[in-house]
Amino acid sequence: MFRDAWAVFVKDLRIEAASRVGLWQVLPFAAIALLLFAFALGPSHRVLASGAAGVTWVGVVFATFLIVGRSQSIEAGAGIAESQRLAGVDPAGVFLGKAGAVAVQLLAVEGLLGVGARLLLDFHCARWWLVVVASLLATIGLSAAGTLYGALVGATRARETLLPMLVLPVLVPVLIAVVRLWQASGVAEGQGLAGWLSILGTFAVIYTAAGILFYGQVQEHS
Amino acid sequence: MLAVRWAEMEALALHNVVALDGTFPVLAGASLEAPQGSLVAVLGGNGAGKTSLLRTLAGLTTIVEGSGQVLGFDLSTKASGLVGNVCLLGHGTGLYEELSPQANLKYLATIGRLNRSGVASALDRVGLTGRMATTPLQQLSAGQRRRAALASLILRSPALWLMDEPHASLDAGGRALVDALIAEAIWRGSTVVLTSHDPNEASAAADLVVELVGGATSGARSGGGGIHHVS
Repeated sequence: MFRDAWAVFVKDLRIEAASRVGLWQVLPFAAIALLLFAFALGPSHRVLASGAAGVTWVGVVFATFLIVGRSQSIEAGAGIAESQRLAGVDPAGVFLGKAGAVAVQLLAVEGLLGVGARLLLDFHCARWWLVVVASLLATIGLSAAGTLYGALVGATRARETLLPMLVLPVLVPVLIAVVRLWQASGVAEGQGLAGWLSILGTFAVIYTAAGILFYGQVQEHS
Repeated sequence: MLAVRWAEMEALALHNVVALDGTFPVLAGASLEAPQGSLVAVLGGNGAGKTSLLRTLAGLTTIVEGSGQVLGFDLSTKASGLVGNVCLLGHGTGLYEELSPQANLKYLATIGRLNRSGVASALDRVGLTGRMATTPLQQLSAGQRRRAALASLILRSPALWLMDEPHASLDAGGRALVDALIAEAIWRGSTVVLTSHDPNEASAAADLVVELVGGATSGARSGGGGIHHVS
């Protein structure tokens, strides 16, 4: 499984590096979304700072749809699905590899939006470790759920619209938890961090396990 | 729905197979028997079910009536046993357009647990050397992409080659290459099933010729077996 996962991970990132869809489409989209939200919130520093975490993570969630859609579309080439199946690639490995590649791209988006939030929205952070841990857990959850649902709608004609409709409600707990933790990172001490972190951790574990167990069946029946 | 008994030890045995691709019916009574190491040509017009027959032999459709065995594996219950033993060359290459032929074959070697040292010789065999081997597939011509797909078959060297109009998009040299590769595969004991729109050429080369109409075999006969004389 891990050998296949590594092969798929490297292959997906090589394809992204070659096509530069992430560099020229996803990152600019995320940056523009952040700018638009900043304009919509107005010039008040207090409002901007209080909305920074939410604005950043809504941007990350939007970028997730683009990245997952792209990740699935590269498997839609003529004959590729049959070729993979007959080659005997482990579906769990495919899931882990694709989710891993999505996670790497999401981390790049989060880095860009994080810098943007600091510079444009006065996002203040006193506990960096909390931002890093919350972001990593949220990234694992987003990439795992996105990859699983992406495969589910991958073969449908309306996958671009179906994916957000399916995944957005599912991602609400992740969005709330990671935004709360980012906001909590701005103060030296805070209550209830463990609860939010456990939500992110549980979500990541559940969707990673579901992907490992069911990705093959989802691919076969979609 | 005529089945021809070709030999005692069949690599392929379909009996009145009715198959679905998803929920769509694609075969409506296909029968075929062929021994290991033979070339089977499947003839028929557009929509006759040629590609569906190949997909069924690869275990990629659901058999709802009749029975089928391929390489000793029951298609209804043990189709997973075909993994690694069957390659399907369809109208698409089955390769990633953004990657070079070399990168595609290295990826296939990794997921197929194959020796990566075979990548260079497979590409060399189909004439994709130098820059052509490292240029993204999407920048190559249709014929060169087809050659890359053929290289993936050479790399995997399966027991059953399923080829959907393998001569399409190829020049005279490419067509000769396909014939030579098929002859080599059969010489090594592999079984090859190909579809064709050219009944004369296919009949002359194949050991067995199967005709499909409306998803059902309408006839089967011995071919000229000329592939055994291709050097």
